[in-house]
Amino acid sequence: MEKKTFKEDSRYKQTNKETLSMVILLIANIIWWYVFAYGLGSRPPEKYTYIMGFPAWFFWSCIVSFVLFSVLAWVIVSVVFKDIPIDTIEDENKGEDKK
Amino acid sequence: MNLSSSYLIQLWIPLGLYLLVMLYIGFYSNRVVSSANGKNFLSEYFLGNRDLGGYVLAMTLVATYVSASSFLGGPGTAYSQGLGWVLLAMTQLPTAYLTLGVLGKRFAIVSRKVNAVTIIDVIRERYDNNPLVVWLASVGAVIFLVVAVIGQFVGGAKLFQTITGLPYIWGLILFGGIVLIYTTGGGFRAVVLTDAVQGTVMFFGTIVILIAATIAGGGIPNIMQTLNTINPDLLTPYGVDNFIAVPWISSYWVLVCIGILGLPQNAIRAMAYKDSKSMHRAIIIGTIVSGVLMLGLHLTGVLARAIVTEIPQGLTTDHVMPLLAMKLFPAWFAGIFLAAPLAAIMSTVDSQLILMSSTIVKDLYLNYINPKAKDDQKRLTSISMISTAVLGLIIILASINPPSLIIWINLYAFGGLEATFFWMLILGLYWKRANASGAIASMITGIAGFVIISRIWPRPFGTHPIVLTSILGLIAFLIATYATKPPKEETIEKFWGV
Repeated sequence: MEKKTFKEDSRYKQTNKETLSMVILLIANIIWWYVFAYGLGSRPPEKYTYIMGFPAWFFWSCIVSFVLFSVLAWVIVSVVFKDIPIDTIEDENKGEDKK
Repeated sequence: MNLSSSYLIQLWIPLGLYLLVMLYIGFYSNRVVSSANGKNFLSEYFLGNRDLGGYVLAMTLVATYVSASSFLGGPGTAYSQGLGWVLLAMTQLPTAYLTLGVLGKRFAIVSRKVNAVTIIDVIRERYDNNPLVVWLASVGAVIFLVVAVIGQFVGGAKLFQTITGLPYIWGLILFGGIVLIYTTGGGFRAVVLTDAVQGTVMFFGTIVILIAATIAGGGIPNIMQTLNTINPDLLTPYGVDNFIAVPWISSYWVLVCIGILGLPQNAIRAMAYKDSKSMHRAIIIGTIVSGVLMLGLHLTGVLARAIVTEIPQGLTTDHVMPLLAMKLFPAWFAGIFLAAPLAAIMSTVDSQLILMSSTIVKDLYLNYINPKAKDDQKRLTSISMISTAVLGLIIILASINPPSLIIWINLYAFGGLEATFFWMLILGLYWKRANASGAIASMITGIAGFVIISRIWPRPFGTHPIVLTSILGLIAFLIATYATKPPKEETIEKFWGV
């Protein structure tokens, strides 16, 4: 249906990849948060186990998730993200209007 | 609070020094702005010439959305509700990686392609110069930002009043005035540089008070034991008497995490950085800093329950953090810590102020009222600065007779901004078919929907109104887009082509 009459900016392939990686990281973050907070925290408080003084649900869903997802953000940025130019490419063969 | 005058003097020394540093940054930036005569005054004043490095970008991003509520209202609620409120605050951890990762390079590339200085510049170009899109977005932004800034000013002046005994109005004039001076004089550059200083103060302030509170309470196991005796509910993710129900807390993933993408004062930062490397660094630094602030501040609020056993008469849980700081630290050091919530407020307000000013000058005045002014640099300079100053003055005047409950006012404006911009920005950036009718439909549905739902159905299915509002906004966008013509070919080529 949509005929491409122009060439798409080649950098967008890379930016799409980067965006997708961050969305996946977010989804993982949300799942981790839910599973540990309510998986361990929904029992009555007298049955809680404690790690370093904190209730286990809190330790995993708040403290570990902070450390884990900071590290994952760092890993993804170093692996997936590329150092591409963001300035507009001053392309001389683009020309003002090609007849 | 009744404090001796020698205590007050000690408290004021670091506070005063801190405010002086802010002013100095304002003057420094003003010199940069003044030397930027020539073509790019607007880009310098409203966007700092797009040369943010990684650290400043991370700090300004975090400092802009970390506001009074994270230092006062948030920890105060954590004090009464326990660890569940920390869980809620942790929904904000992804903010940095999400804002920079999703808007990210795409936004930076596009804004350079169309030579945009404001968010609305990008929107205007993307939606075929549709005036209704520009007016709705501009007016929506200004109204909601005014509300947000008033909320912040009130919080700051109240803080001054409680801590130093300085009458409300003087606190407002003093600290509102300082924000106004450096923002007016130095523009975006002053805003982000002060943000970097303020973010650093907040970061270390948070770490210090968290450690001090842990020690003062006799260690974490001890404090948890005390909380358990006060009320075991404090240790659960549900708050006291199920105050934090699951559908409600889940809504915060929309309200304060994903929705952040729609806040223009955050999104603008995604077009202001220098290069890819700065942005990569900022994702990492920003995530760590926002994690430390969110976890540290709210957890400190919980720990305070075992230390500050009673809230003095006339104060509310909003004052837990200042009370704690004054209990734990000598006066001069408490002064440094009290600078942190002020920093949070100033760094939020300054960004909103400069954004409003850019909306009025660049998006409305230069586009529709007086396009000729574009060529007169001198006139442009004075118009921009005057509009920043006048806006700020109006807001300070409006804050004299203040509404209460900082946190809720702030969340209201927050949701309204998100409802206005979220779909328009995201779909405009990633979906070629998105057109002006869709943007208009989603803005109207979003703004009207958010206000109406908040009033008549405050908890649809147990959630925050923003969730339903966002769904309705998306549906409206899709229907209106498919019912009308696709955007112009030139627009698509401009945004997607080489």
